[in-house]
Formats: sequence, C-alpha cells, structure tokens
Amino acid sequence: MTTVQTETAPPPASGSGGPSSGGPGGGVPESPGPDPAGAPEGRGGAAGHLARALAEFRAALLSAAWFSVLALPLVCFRVNAVSGGIDYLWARLPRLAALAFCATLAWRFLLRRLGFSRVRSAVAETAGPPPEGARGPGGSWLTLLDRAPAKRLLLAGAALLLLSVPFWTTPYVVTILITALIYITLGLGLNIVVGVAGLLNLGYAAFFAVGAYTFALLNQNFGMGFWICLPLGALSATLLGLLLGLPILRLSGDYLAIVTLGFAEIIRLVLVNVGFTNGPRGIRNIQPPTLFGADLNGAVKPLLVGHGLVHKDMDLNKVLVYFIILAIVALTVVCVYRLENSRLGRAWLALREDEVACQAMGINRVRTKLAAFALGSTWAGLAGVVFAAQISFINPQSFTFMLSVMVLSIVVLGGMGSIPGVMIGAAVLILLPEYLREYSDYRMLIFGLIMVLMMVFRPQGIIPSTRRVYIYRPEEHGDGGARPSTRNPDALDAGPGGAGQDGQAPAGVPGTAGGPPSPRGAR
Amino acid sequence: MTGAVKRGAVLSTSGITMIFGGLTALSDVDFEVGRGSITALIGPNGAGKTTFFNCLTGIYRPSRGTMTFSPEEGREIQLRKLAPDRITYLGIARTFQNIRLFNNLTVLENVLIACHSRMRAGILGALLRDGKTVAEEKAMAEFSYRLLDRYGLAASANHLAKNLPYGAQRRLEIVRALATRPRLLLLDEPAAGLNIAETRELDELIRYIRDEEDLSVLLIEHDMSLVMSVSDRVFVLDYGVLIASGPPDEIRRDPKVVKAYLGED
Amino acid sequence: MELFLNLCVSGLTKGSIYALIALGYTMVYGIIALINFAHGEIYMIGAFTALIFSMVLGAFGLSGWGLLFASGTLAVVYCAMYGWTLEKVAYKPLRGQSRLAPLISAIGMSIFLQNYVQLVQTPNVLSFPDLIPDIAILAGMRGVASKTQFAILAATAVSMVALTLFIKKTRIGMAMRAVSQDPTMARLSGVNIDKVISTTFIIGSMLAAVGGLLVGNYGRQMDFFIGFLAGMKAFTAAVLGGIGSIPGAVVGALVLGFAESFAAGYVSSDYEDVVAFVLLIAILTLRPDGIMGSATTQKV
Repeated sequence: MTTVQTETAPPPASGSGGPSSGGPGGGVPESPGPDPAGAPEGRGGAAGHLARALAEFRAALLSAAWFSVLALPLVCFRVNAVSGGIDYLWARLPRLAALAFCATLAWRFLLRRLGFSRVRSAVAETAGPPPEGARGPGGSWLTLLDRAPAKRLLLAGAALLLLSVPFWTTPYVVTILITALIYITLGLGLNIVVGVAGLLNLGYAAFFAVGAYTFALLNQNFGMGFWICLPLGALSATLLGLLLGLPILRLSGDYLAIVTLGFAEIIRLVLVNVGFTNGPRGIRNIQPPTLFGADLNGAVKPLLVGHGLVHKDMDLNKVLVYFIILAIVALTVVCVYRLENSRLGRAWLALREDEVACQAMGINRVRTKLAAFALGSTWAGLAGVVFAAQISFINPQSFTFMLSVMVLSIVVLGGMGSIPGVMIGAAVLILLPEYLREYSDYRMLIFGLIMVLMMVFRPQGIIPSTRRVYIYRPEEHGDGGARPSTRNPDALDAGPGGAGQDGQAPAGVPGTAGGPPSPRGAR
Repeated sequence: MTGAVKRGAVLSTSGITMIFGGLTALSDVDFEVGRGSITALIGPNGAGKTTFFNCLTGIYRPSRGTMTFSPEEGREIQLRKLAPDRITYLGIARTFQNIRLFNNLTVLENVLIACHSRMRAGILGALLRDGKTVAEEKAMAEFSYRLLDRYGLAASANHLAKNLPYGAQRRLEIVRALATRPRLLLLDEPAAGLNIAETRELDELIRYIRDEEDLSVLLIEHDMSLVMSVSDRVFVLDYGVLIASGPPDEIRRDPKVVKAYLGED
Repeated sequence: MELFLNLCVSGLTKGSIYALIALGYTMVYGIIALINFAHGEIYMIGAFTALIFSMVLGAFGLSGWGLLFASGTLAVVYCAMYGWTLEKVAYKPLRGQSRLAPLISAIGMSIFLQNYVQLVQTPNVLSFPDLIPDIAILAGMRGVASKTQFAILAATAVSMVALTLFIKKTRIGMAMRAVSQDPTMARLSGVNIDKVISTTFIIGSMLAAVGGLLVGNYGRQMDFFIGFLAGMKAFTAAVLGGIGSIPGAVVGALVLGFAESFAAGYVSSDYEDVVAFVLLIAILTLRPDGIMGSATTQKV
C-alpha cells in the first residue's frame, strides 16, 4: 500500500550498487537537494571548477559507455526481416555514445538546477501570496480574482484571430486546427477526471469512440443529422461513463487506471468484432454537418471565393466543423472553469487531495467521483461526434490506447488541473508534429521521452494550475441584501487588518471578535 | 468541575466491538459523551482510541454494538450503518491524528470544502451560475472567512494549507471541522507536536469552542495536563477494553489506570 | 476430450508465460507501489535480444542446446541491465512525488522503448526460429503437448523455484520481503532501500526475459508491439491474484491463461482478449484485493 519514499536523500555513492560503479545509466541522479559541491564554488576558484568539470566529464563518459553496451545488440545488430539475416550497423555506435555523453551532461546539469530551484520555490511558497484586500468596513467577499484588462484584451485578440483563420489560410491549416481543437476538448474533459478529481482514467479513448460511433451509426442507419447526434453522442458517452463508473469507482487509484484501460480495450475489441459496426473496415461516408440545410459548397462557396474571402480549395463543410468545434471549445472552457470553482469542483479537489478527509467533510465520495467520471466522458462524446463529422470515416483503429495516452500527455504536459495549460499542451503535441513532418518517425519516441522528462523536471506542467485568490471588495452589497455595516463593523475592521500585519496566526485567546455570525446559523 | 452537567448524552455507545482478522481492537466499549461536555478518551498507545474514532465516524464499521447520536434533545440516530459523509452531515466532525488538510488548496478553500453539506448547488447550478448559486457561494465564502478570522487565521486565507506553520495547521483542521457545523467535535490528539505555550492556548481554544459554538467535544489526548484541566469526564481504554471512567481527579488516582500506564509493578 | 486436454495444456502454457511477466509487476508493486508500465517492454526487449543473439551466435556456428542457453543467458543479462537503467532514469528521480508522476513516467518509458525498438530494429513482424532442440522422450506426447510447451512449463517451474529460494534464503531476498511489508520499518532497521529496489527491478526483468525468450519460441512471431498486450495481460494476472503477492501472481496468471484458452477454444478466438479484460473488471469489482490479496485496512 505504502510508497517507499526515501525522503532522506541517499549518499551519492550508495546510489550505484549496480553493474558498473561510479554512475552509469545517465540517470544516476544526484540527490535533489542543494548540491554540496555547489557551496564552495564561490570561493573555490578555478581548481574547484576544474575538479567539478572533470567529475562531470567522467560521469558522462561512464554513462556513454554504459549506454553503448546497453544499446549494442538492438542498435547495431539489426534483424533483416526480408533476408532473415543480421545487418551489422557498427556506424551507429559512436553516434549513440556521443548522444549518451551529451544527454548525461545535460541531465546532470538539469538535475542540479532542479535541486536548487526546489529549495528556492519552497522558500517562495512559504512567503505565500500577499494578504489581499480587507481594506474597509462593510462589503462582501467576491469569489473571483477578476481578469485583468490586459488579459481580457489578449483573450479577445486570440478569439478574433481564431475566428478569422478560415478566411486567410489554406484548407490544410483548417484541418489540423480542427484536430488540435478536438484534442483540446478531449484534454479539457480528461482534465476534469485526472487533473481536478485525481482519477487516473487510461481508457478515455473508449468514450471518444462511443461518441463517434453513435453519430456514425445513427447517421448510416437512420439518416440522422449532426445536430441531433451531437447531444446524443455526448449523452451516450455520459451514460457509458456512469455505467462503468458505478462498479469501479470504489477502486483505488492504480486499480482504477488499469480497469479503465481494460475497459477501453474491451470497447475497441467489440467494435472490431461486432457485425453492425462493420468491424475493422469501419463506417464510411458520414454526412458532414449542415447549416440550416444550406448547400455550403454548392451555393455559398462561389460567392465567397468570388470576393476573395476564402481559399479556392476550401471545403466549406470543414469550415463549418471548424466553427462548431471552436464554439465547443469555448463552451467547454467556460463550463470547466465554472465547475472547478463550484461546490462540486471543490469536492473534486478535496477528493484528489485526501479521500479520507474529503469524506469527513461530508462529501459523498462515490457520487462525487461518478460526477467527475461521467462529466469527463461527456466531452469525449462531444469530441467524438465532431471527429466523425470531420473525417467522415471512422474505424476502431482511431480509438486505440495511444489516443488515451496522447490525451493524457496533453493534460500532463500542459499542467494538470490548468485550463490554459491543457490548451498549450494540445497545441504543442498536435501542432508541432504536424509542422515537423520530417521527424515523424521520431514523434512517438520523443513523446515518450517528453513524458518522462516532464515528470522528472517539471511535474507541474508547462502552465501549472494556480489556486485562486479570494479578495475582499469593499463597499459592495452584503449577502442577501442586508445592510452590512450595521453588523458590528468593528469586528470586520479589526479582523483581517490586524491579523494581516502579523502574518502569523495570532497566538492569543481565540475569538477576540464577538460579533460575526456564529458558525451555527439557522440550519 | 466535578460531575458533568447531566443534560443527557449527545453520544452513547454500547457493546462496540471491532475485530480485525483475529485481532480484537475494541471489545464491548460502553461510552457516553454528555451534552455540552468536554470528554476525554485516554489510554496507552495502541489501546484502540483512534479505532474507536474511526468507528464513530464511519470509516470502520464495528463488528458488533450500537452507537447512538443525539444531535438534539429527543432526536436519536443510529450511526452504525452510516457512511462517513452522512455522519458528518448529521453533525459529527473530526480532526485527524496526523493532520490531513487539503495541502495544495488555500486555507479558505479548505474551510469552503467543509461547507459542502450545507450547500445545495449541483452540476446545473455550477454551469449556469444562477443567482441562487452565486448568492450561496458568496455567503459561504464570507462565512468561511469570518470563521477563519475568529480563530486568527484570516491573514493566511489565501495561503496554501501546506505552507502554514504546524500549530496553525492544527488550528485550521479544527476550524475546518467547525465549518461543517457539528454538534459533536472529535479531536484526535490535538496537542500532538505543540509546545507548552501552544498547548495552553489549545486548552482555552477547546473551552471556547464548547461554549461559543455550543457543542460537545470528545478528544483523544496523551498530554495529561491538558486532559486533566480541560475535560469534564475521562474514559480510559487499554487493549481495547474500557477500564475506567469518571471525573479527572478520580481517574488520576485510579490504580487500574496507573497500572495500565506504568505497567505491572 | 482431446480438445479439452489441449486447451488445458495451452492454458497452462499461456498461464506460465503470464506468470513470468506478472511476477515482475507484482514484485515492483510490492516494493514501491508502482505499476511499472514499461515492464511489458522489457519483456519485448527480451524477445528481441534473444532473437538477435541466437542469430549472431548461430552465425558463429553455435547450435542446439548451446545456442539456446547462450542466447537465453545474454537476453536475461541484457534485460536485467535494461530494468536497472529504467529504474535509475525514470523512477528514482521521482521518489517522494505524487503517485501519478511515476505512473506517467512509466507510460512514457513504455512508449519510448517501443518506438526505440521500432526505429533501431524494424516495424515489421519477425519470425522467431525454433531454438529448442528435439527431445526424444517427448516425441510420444505429441498429441497432448509440444516440446515447446514442455520447455515453457519446465523453464517456468525452474524460475519459480529459483525465485522462491532467492526470496526465502538470501539476505537481499529477505530485505525485499521486509520492505514490501513495512518500508519505513525496514529502512529504520538498516535495509538499503535503493539496493532492494534495484534488485527487484533486476529480478523482475530477468524473469520477463525468460518469458520473452519462451514466447518467441512458442508464438514464432513477434514485433515491437508484443510488450503492450502481454504486459496488460500479465498485469491483469497480477491484479487477479492480488497485486504484491508472489504466489498470487502465479495463481492469477494460471486462471487467466485457462480462461483465455477455454474462451478461445469454446467461444471464439476473437473474444480471447475480451474475456481477459472482462475477468479483470469482474474480479476487481467483486473482490478488489484479488484472489490471494488480503483485505487491507487503510490507516487513518
């Protein structure tokens, strides 16, 4: 049950009890505390620097040797699938060794930096944010740190830019943007489950698949259109989430992860083997969405192209999908933001932080988990319908474990629980590979590496989630329209102001303020 | 101090037995917390005190026995089959031996979370953010802030809970429990890790809470000076068996208690 | 009746291979409570190195039992090295962080290793040569079990005995048991946790290598992706038996092997994998601590 957590950093020498002493494995991490060798550097002068550099050099050399040995059979002896023999590729070895050498130097350097920055951030955090507000008598607590005007401007600019995209780019750009936006939707949905509620769901692809197949099947068999299927797809994914969630949400973290993974595999295998989904061949010719029945490509497009408003090859159905998914993303952001800052959202956070304490706060664990799980699935369903509409052809191959991993990486990379983080994460993971096509072979390799490196060097993600600050707004109407100032203004005045200077919790007798309403009001 | 005011019991248990595998952690515990009293549960390490708390709060389900909770005169609730969140809702709040705050959330959020069972907003309310929900959010934020203010934590309202000094974390845990508006407050070793001055403050704090918040307190504690000074009645557990109960002065002299603490001899 | 017998033997064989991999999962979980997601990849690397070394050594003229043992040993050694390095790079720097972090790192490592092998070797399906020489005595048993199946059962049995002896008799084995029961206490009594963790990864990887070698011989086909499904199945087996429990992993693996084999024989081989996962969900729902796992009470 318990994780081994060696809080006491092991002495540097004891770490490498393995085959080669002195620290192969590039990894041989230094203890992530302040580096002892860092201190004398100030006065140590050139000799100290040289010794340090030599030590680094030696470690990197050893690591390069270790990795060369490790990689030798797989890298240098390639099985030739055609001839059935072995190709000897010795030329790869020096390149590999050089790579390992440089990587080790970088790794050790970063780990040392990390050690310092952890100490520093610990200091910074203790200081905490400055006590805000509490400036006058009367007023009420606003629950929201309002967006600064600059931030609003930025948001408006981004929105304008995104809205105008189809009118000055190529169809190709629109297509990848749709993909990126679908992944943002997925990321935001999974973020509720993993980032906020702390439930590791490794089978998110299943809910995406259910959304997509709901639309595809209803469209093929009953001719139902996109707009009806959008809510239906979301609904079926939600129902599936509830159905799966009920039995398994009693399970603790790791078990939950593996059951969701197994569940997703079941769904995929069923889609492959069941007759009505047309098996691995999938479903073709799914109708694109329409706008009030207008023939976009036939009637509207010549008009727009004529005025030079869109690219001549632009598929207006795609443009419509683009606007739809853009709207869905906007809606999702608002929804997730509101959910996070609500009674339910706080219950999720509490659940993530400590399940036992969470229950002791009067929160129903199962119901709360179920809500997170089902709501997360809803967005996967929505995204699934749009996905089916975008590519008009789906088969089970689109919904493998890799998709779940991709979405999870987006959440982790961006910053768990952070909305802007997830958006950046999706942009990085979806758009970068699109623009770096020549490296596509290395794409998944780099993904894997990034996931490991992120966990080691920046587990909080690119844009970590921040707790919001509750500020005091003087001179606003009090709660329920009562006159606020009549209720013992002294207490309000003295409370935050006095304590704010102190910074520490006043040590004296509790309850110097007599006036404020007792915690036991009318129930 | 002697003889707690007999206004009936806010909590009474009879025959509570808890068996883990073959190990009997609690056997036939008959126990009572007087309404408005401060009751202490003491005993050597491993006597089953925390297990008893866990039974009361629904984390464990006792193998046998009944637990009756009476939030008000004339209202009785059987606790045995209830889930922890339900028990909190009915009016029993607790703190934990090893502090269990929501570390990565702010102090104010910690308290807001404890208001959960008093709030109504559901998914729709959260999404639509209608007038009722907003009003509720504001009211609860204000309530939480005032509560923090009353217990001297308002200045740290926006700090992360994990960054509070140790003593303040203990205090916050108590405030968080109070925010659920309990009728009975269970404190599991509230003085653990506090220095002498802080323990003295805790003594006053517990009395203050009992009087001002109008509730009953049950505490597990090892610090005998605190127990003897603050409590109206003391129960002693040893190896899962209740060996003595009575006012502090009596307990201090009880030979069975002395033996349990000091061993044979 | 013959079908039944065949299914039993194939169930036993499958179960044995799952058991070899499942032990790695369950041991690591017992020590550091981490689902070592990359463990399936170690097994895949075991199959690849076994194949490569058998071809390289075969080119040098080795054959028969000598070739089998030499390439098997090299595969085991290499997997041990990979396992050790894996822990040092991807898990050790993360100790003390939230539980999600090492799991995600493990998934990352799994993806990395898969693509590494795909890049440096081949994305194609490779055929595995028959390394196990004919055994005269077994020729009469052909109808019931093949020589490969016998070899798998024998190798599994030997590995299990060796593992049991290692854990029960050696100092480090006892330290491993101590750490899995109470890490804090074990550390206080002077157990070198780092060494125990390294050893656990090494042993687990060695067993996976044996599994890789055997499965290559059994299935005769492999690619860089075999680790994923095998890893999933083996993990399922470990969970079925109660993760953290070594006999549990073996029992769980056998149950899974039989269930799959009978599902394939009597229902349809299309639903073989579905049965495995349904079994996983069903058992976890009804008995969250697995077949052999003891109900754990959370300390509050």
